[in-house]
Amino acid sequence: MRLMLLLILALGGALALSIALGETGLTPAQYLDAFSKPGSPAAEILFGIRAPRACCAAMAGAALGLAGAVMQGLLRNPLAEPGVLGVSAWSGSAAALAIVLGLGAAPGALEAAALGGALAAGAVVALLAARFREPETLILFGVALAALGGAMTALIFNLSPSPITLAEVLAWLQGSVANRDWSDLAWAAAPMALGAALCAYAGAGLRMLVLGDETAALSGLPMARLRVAAVAGAALLTGASVAMAGVIGFVGLAAPHLVRGAVSDDPARTLAPSAIAGAILLTLADLLARVIPSETELRLGVVTALFGAPLFALVAWRAARSWRA
Amino acid sequence: MTAALELRGVSVRRGERTILSDISLDIAPGEMLGVVGPNGAGKTTLLRAAIGLQPLSAGEVRLNGRTLASLGGSERAAIAGYLPQERRVAWNMPARDIAALGAASLAPREGLAIAEACLAELEVGWLAGRGVLDMSGGERARVLLARLLATRARLLVADEPAAGLDPEAQLLILERLRRRAADGVAVIVTSHDLTVAARACDRLAVLHEGRLVALATPLEALSPRVLAEVFALDGALIDTPAGLTLAARRVGRGESG
Repeated sequence: MRLMLLLILALGGALALSIALGETGLTPAQYLDAFSKPGSPAAEILFGIRAPRACCAAMAGAALGLAGAVMQGLLRNPLAEPGVLGVSAWSGSAAALAIVLGLGAAPGALEAAALGGALAAGAVVALLAARFREPETLILFGVALAALGGAMTALIFNLSPSPITLAEVLAWLQGSVANRDWSDLAWAAAPMALGAALCAYAGAGLRMLVLGDETAALSGLPMARLRVAAVAGAALLTGASVAMAGVIGFVGLAAPHLVRGAVSDDPARTLAPSAIAGAILLTLADLLARVIPSETELRLGVVTALFGAPLFALVAWRAARSWRA
Repeated sequence: MTAALELRGVSVRRGERTILSDISLDIAPGEMLGVVGPNGAGKTTLLRAAIGLQPLSAGEVRLNGRTLASLGGSERAAIAGYLPQERRVAWNMPARDIAALGAASLAPREGLAIAEACLAELEVGWLAGRGVLDMSGGERARVLLARLLATRARLLVADEPAAGLDPEAQLLILERLRRRAADGVAVIVTSHDLTVAARACDRLAVLHEGRLVALATPLEALSPRVLAEVFALDGALIDTPAGLTLAARRVGRGESG
């Protein structure tokens, strides 16, 4: 409970920071204007541009953090992340296909394609998860699905005639929440809420899986249903986040590890704090992407990996001691 | 009285290989049955079949008089608890939380109280807050057994609960299961240690190449003939002041008559 309070406060701080700071510097008077005069340029920058962008980053981060925690719990593998079962690869390749087909301009088409791709991969994995209990089997199928998704994207690159479209696809695959508005947030909320609910439902099953498949199967919990809920929930969350912010690695892997120690390694209790930790990570990453001076704005996926990887290596170093047993 | 566990003509085949062949046995409430046999005799498969983890190629299993197929998952969990031989734990959760998974159907506070009582019963109460991956193998084995005890099921099925532990821990674990049997719980355990099994169990089921070759009191089941034919041992169970003890030497396969 104290951990959640702390994380929520930190998220609030990160959001405030992310809204207050940016490429355009504001004077104290302009900050005052933003709050006192709705419609002023400062208000437009803070609440029309930065706030929805920061909230999009936070929501995508929360979805990835939660999906990562669910995947690590389901597969009992500290290296699992939302991409491990191929969900993000399919989501990304479906979005790439939509861009190449010229659907990028149609409102909602790109998002729908990304979500659809994620759900297609999620459906395949869910079927497999109901049929096969062993995490190793699921991981192997996931590797195959991810490779297939990657190959489809490569094929799209290969066959696409226009370099401009390719640049657009590449930008998408590197992730960004630039120019997002409140409506982006609104439509992503429904699939994310459904995904989060499914993950919360699966929590008790993830905890029981700590003892292995057979003990879980005999625990009296409806394990097959919980497994499918976990996969479907993670797919919805990942798909919605890819639709909103493109393909962003790393957050889903790192967020659960940042909080796991504070919840005694319990996979069920890792879920909610992982979501908040993911939100904080991505909000800060987006802030960095905006304020680091560079010719073109840094892509979100680049920043998360660039700054997250060394940080994560530190966490892994500390955690390795407990895995060595 | 209805048997806690009833196997009728149970056979298990995997491809061409017969793992279990026409096994029939009953366990009454309050009875402790040991399943013994050499490696590969089918002990683990028998336990897995009894609890519904192993599809049968023939035969029927009844728990409390009801066929496995007619029991829902939560009904079965209320009747029977299972401790697998595998002691792998995925995450470094504290012993208290691991043991409480046995009582997951209860309110968290109640489950934790039962978990702590079971840990104390196995003399690892002082480890309640420690992560299971930070423990020795023997300590972890006791924590996992505490999880089984915390199920408070009427039938406890434990696969090698004492394997790999020091002698005192082995005796303690079998003694605690014995105590559950005295409370009216039916207990079925496998063991490689014939002395430990003979001392703790009311009856022993001796498996050899998937067949049930003896089902009787320890002294009758582990007769010199069975010891020779099944275990390739020349010797006998001896009644000593400390309890039944196996005194035997190896004769090797093929030399026994």
